[in-house]
Amino acid sequence: MLGIGWALRRRIRSSEDFFLSGRSIPAWIAGLAFISANLGAQEVIGMAASGAKYGIMTSHFYWVGAMPAMVFVGLFMMPFYYGSRARSVPEYLKLRFDEKTRGLNAITFAIMTIFSSGISMYALAKLFELVLGWSFHWSIVLSAVIVLIYIFLGGLTSAIYNEVLQFFLIVLGFLPLVLLGLKDVGGWSGLTAKLATVATNAGFEPGAWSHSWKYMDSPSHNPMGMEWFGLVMGLGFALSFGYWCTDFLVVQRAMAAGSMTAARRTPLIAAVPKMLMPVLVILPGMLAIGLHASRGGFLPIGSDGQPEYNLAIPMLLGHYLPTGLLGLGLTALMASFMSGMAGNVTAFNSVWTYDIYQTHIRPGQTDGHYLRVGHAATVFGILASVAAAYSATRFNNILDMLQLVFSFVNGPLFATFLLGMFWRRTTGHGAFYGLLTGTITAALHYGLTLPRGAVPGIKGGFLGAVLHVYPSEMALNFWTALFAWTGCFVATLLISLLTKRTKTDDELRGLVHSLTPRQRDGDMPWYKRPVTLAVGILVVSTILNIIFW
Amino acid sequence: MSLDVRFPIGGMFSIIGAILVVYGLVSDPAIYQKSLGMNVNLWWGLALLVFGLVMLGFAFRAKPPTNGS
Repeated sequence: MLGIGWALRRRIRSSEDFFLSGRSIPAWIAGLAFISANLGAQEVIGMAASGAKYGIMTSHFYWVGAMPAMVFVGLFMMPFYYGSRARSVPEYLKLRFDEKTRGLNAITFAIMTIFSSGISMYALAKLFELVLGWSFHWSIVLSAVIVLIYIFLGGLTSAIYNEVLQFFLIVLGFLPLVLLGLKDVGGWSGLTAKLATVATNAGFEPGAWSHSWKYMDSPSHNPMGMEWFGLVMGLGFALSFGYWCTDFLVVQRAMAAGSMTAARRTPLIAAVPKMLMPVLVILPGMLAIGLHASRGGFLPIGSDGQPEYNLAIPMLLGHYLPTGLLGLGLTALMASFMSGMAGNVTAFNSVWTYDIYQTHIRPGQTDGHYLRVGHAATVFGILASVAAAYSATRFNNILDMLQLVFSFVNGPLFATFLLGMFWRRTTGHGAFYGLLTGTITAALHYGLTLPRGAVPGIKGGFLGAVLHVYPSEMALNFWTALFAWTGCFVATLLISLLTKRTKTDDELRGLVHSLTPRQRDGDMPWYKRPVTLAVGILVVSTILNIIFW
Repeated sequence: MSLDVRFPIGGMFSIIGAILVVYGLVSDPAIYQKSLGMNVNLWWGLALLVFGLVMLGFAFRAKPPTNGS
């Protein structure tokens, strides 16, 4: 079973660049590629882990976070990206601001890719540990070797293509798991009954795991430890908009579309299946914690005394799926781990080689030289990922760690983008020092606060004094992102006002909102216009929020 | 040359589905205790097979009459 999957994937890989060359890609495929780029192992394992740890409040990542952000990307951001033809975030920053802003962003982005790939590596190693029974150290080595081979065999030549296949593999591989699990616990009502036990055991109201908004009046009433303002601003605004608007691993998929209109519609079409993803990725986590409470010790207990939430999906796979389907489920998981790691290591490689090394360290060398540097960067990236994977062992939920990284990188970056795109007065100095201030603000906030029950160190509080203790890791992430965003926004604003513009209006054409031709959708039938789609998506996600209130 | 992504998707899931169906028919029923007594290999295999064939069907129908692009 595994072999067939691999053999097929290998053959498919040779038919490269389908997306970039073909003009007649059906819109739904472009949309699927868009969310597939985001539906990696981190999403599957991380969202399930969060479903177990925080309950249905995890759905805020979708119905409060992703939906409005994807609509915003489609309606407002795509025209700049598509129009400027920037291939990466650093490249856009160079066009809009200057070389030093690009350099700073390239560095933080490179660090982010290492952590992302390390987190995938950790998850894959956990899976090997569970399935093969190897020690964690050997499992990490195995994962590192596999991803190295994968990259050098050219595993990324048609990344987008693979991602669409993978999307279906994940959906069709996990759906039977969810259906069996739901049937086993007695449907939604059976699940809420089990979750009530989970909630009361943890000292909350019985509905704390099965209501997304009801207990958000105070941080002490829900497992995530958030009140509505911090959640909407920290997650809904800073983190989600930051992620969807500035993560080019995702945005690039829409840029492959044939026309501006198609590019704008891609995120909107992608939002439709994205809206339904919680069923596939959060629900299993809730099932796992429900079984954990009612059947005792379904999830193994980690070294911190908490259940190992990351194992929710692997444990469920082993629990419900017989030989045969189990192979399909494991293939789906491994395929997504592999591409998650390979995608990030490759992104690290190109950012390091072109945006840092070629621009700032050794410009003007031969192509062969940069190619060798690129290979070295790949090996270095994998070694650094191993280190990141070990730091991930300290987190019982990989989504906690991932969002922490995002809060450092995407949170402040979104403020830079917002000002850069909608205010032509924003200067290069403003952007650079603003971004720096934002990142430092994040570090200060993280260094001076701690999640409850954690010791100072990798989880925060390393600056000596702990000024505030958050109820959960995720609460700390949301506030870090919000602080970082605000720090960057204020600093960029002030410094821009104090410094002179270096780019003329003419140079900023197509890069700033007021200097870019308006999109006219008037000649399209109303049901095809991006705005119509956008409104529909927002209405449906509002309804989903109300149903699971 | 570009290839409609529905071909590999359809092909892959048809094959996986067919294998699961066959395996579901010949496997020891005892292994289905895990999956609440349902022969999930058979049923999900059938579902995947149908999905794969539908994808292939669409891919063939959408095939452009002329060569290239």
